[in-house]
Amino acid sequence: MRRAVGPLLGLALLLLPLTAIEPRAWLTLTVAGLAMGMLIFLVAAGLTLIFGLMDVLNFAHGALFAWGAYAGFTVILLVNGRWGWAASPSVLANAGLLLLAVAGAAVVAFVLGIALERVIVRPVYGQHLFQILITLGATIVLEELIRIVWGPNDQVMPVPTAFQGSWDVADVVVLRFPVLAIGLGVLVYAGMRWLLGRTRVGLIVRAGVENSEMVQVMGHDIHRYFTGVFAAGSALAGLGGLMWGMFNQSIRPSMGGEQLIFAFIVVIIGGLGSVTGSLVGALLVGLSYNYVAYLVPKAAIGVTMAIMVLVLLVRPTGLFGSGK
Amino acid sequence: MADLLELEGVHTDIGQHHILQGVSLRVRPDAVTVLLGRNGAGKTTTMRTIMGVLRPRRGAVRFDGRPIHELPPHAIARLGIGYVPEGQGIFATLTVEENLRVAMLAETADSRERMRDVLALFPDLERYRQARAGTLSGGQKQMLAIGRALVNPARLLLIDEPSKGLAPIVVEHLIGALQAMKRHATVVLVEQNFSMASRLGDECYVMDDGRTVHAGPMAALAADQTLKRKYLGI
Repeated sequence: MRRAVGPLLGLALLLLPLTAIEPRAWLTLTVAGLAMGMLIFLVAAGLTLIFGLMDVLNFAHGALFAWGAYAGFTVILLVNGRWGWAASPSVLANAGLLLLAVAGAAVVAFVLGIALERVIVRPVYGQHLFQILITLGATIVLEELIRIVWGPNDQVMPVPTAFQGSWDVADVVVLRFPVLAIGLGVLVYAGMRWLLGRTRVGLIVRAGVENSEMVQVMGHDIHRYFTGVFAAGSALAGLGGLMWGMFNQSIRPSMGGEQLIFAFIVVIIGGLGSVTGSLVGALLVGLSYNYVAYLVPKAAIGVTMAIMVLVLLVRPTGLFGSGK
Repeated sequence: MADLLELEGVHTDIGQHHILQGVSLRVRPDAVTVLLGRNGAGKTTTMRTIMGVLRPRRGAVRFDGRPIHELPPHAIARLGIGYVPEGQGIFATLTVEENLRVAMLAETADSRERMRDVLALFPDLERYRQARAGTLSGGQKQMLAIGRALVNPARLLLIDEPSKGLAPIVVEHLIGALQAMKRHATVVLVEQNFSMASRLGDECYVMDDGRTVHAGPMAALAADQTLKRKYLGI
């Protein structure tokens, strides 16, 4: 019975706006909210690995988000310039282009993540103040590098034709790209749950988070595992950056900083280190933002903060936190 | 027979404190060597230095004739040295089975077979196999900590104060398990419970103020009231 309380409460909150919004608009807002939530989840998922599991305050996560967006943007420009896959009527060509962009964004952010962890983060494990200072410094360097390589101005992000526009489902407008974002978010969530909960690597990482010294004396090189976790979290930030850039059809060097705040809020709402918590937190933020923006536009930003405050007052460890 | 483990003039600092001040000891294969001494004598620091958790400032640690004091802890463990730390070091949020699996160097048919042996040796662990380790009693946690060291083919087991805080009946069970273990591996045991130490130990070293002050057969120490009073206060 107690297990059903959470989902029932979630359903009630989801249906609550129907008292003030007519059903068709509610459905459109719900799809948009779910998509926004999933896009935030992609960034927060990486952060929950790095901040939630490894206890590293990585302010460079936003810069990795931007680097992922720019790397994907470059892949799209190169492939599209050669074969014209973005404007192609073939769904296969469009999907291939998206996959290449996703791979480019994830690989670049993954490699940058390895470099960041090895060079600047490893010496400051367990020292939050130094982590903040050094990762803020890395953010400045990474953003300036974007300005040097791609220029300081906004860039228009091309989106493959198949993912533009909308479907009309029973007179309800359903945008295509948000549906893609929701699907990708579900895949990432399932992948993370499987990796952390069902694999040996996940088992060693969970043990290492609890007592890294003990894992070391059991014969596992926990530093290598942590480098892998940091790089995987960075790759998710890069993936989130690309998807966010495609969602807005525009990218700019400072785009990561704005999303980082949302991601930190989501990780705190969900509970440190909980992948499910991050997903629920992200959906809560995405949906409430869209409903409130429709009803009281000026209150949209404030509602995110209000949710965080409310959750922390009722449950200081976050919705799914284990008390860390 | 050559010594399996040798410490030669080991000095180890923790922060500003000079804890080990020239520890030398030799562990012969197939024996149980007990480290005795009052609280703060340096026994646990010696174990942590052997495992590479603390790096010695001076001196050498050799395993099977090979210097290991500059290796990281995971590389030392992979040489075949198992460690059961003081306070158990179990992973409270993982299940009993996950605690055993994470201790395996690799999940092979052999290690799974050894896990079954561990569960047979400690029936309580089999009963609570899927329970979170944090919910176990003190004795069960200690059994889990020892069981984790048995899922790999260790040549040397370092066991730090296994009886600490346990009820006498649990200690008896533990002694039985440790007696079974000494048939498979060389053991270095830190123990404050002198009765347990004397039942299990073949050789002993007494430590005081970060130095080894006495070495000899365990039986000889057990019979020498003067030495016991001088170094152990019993």
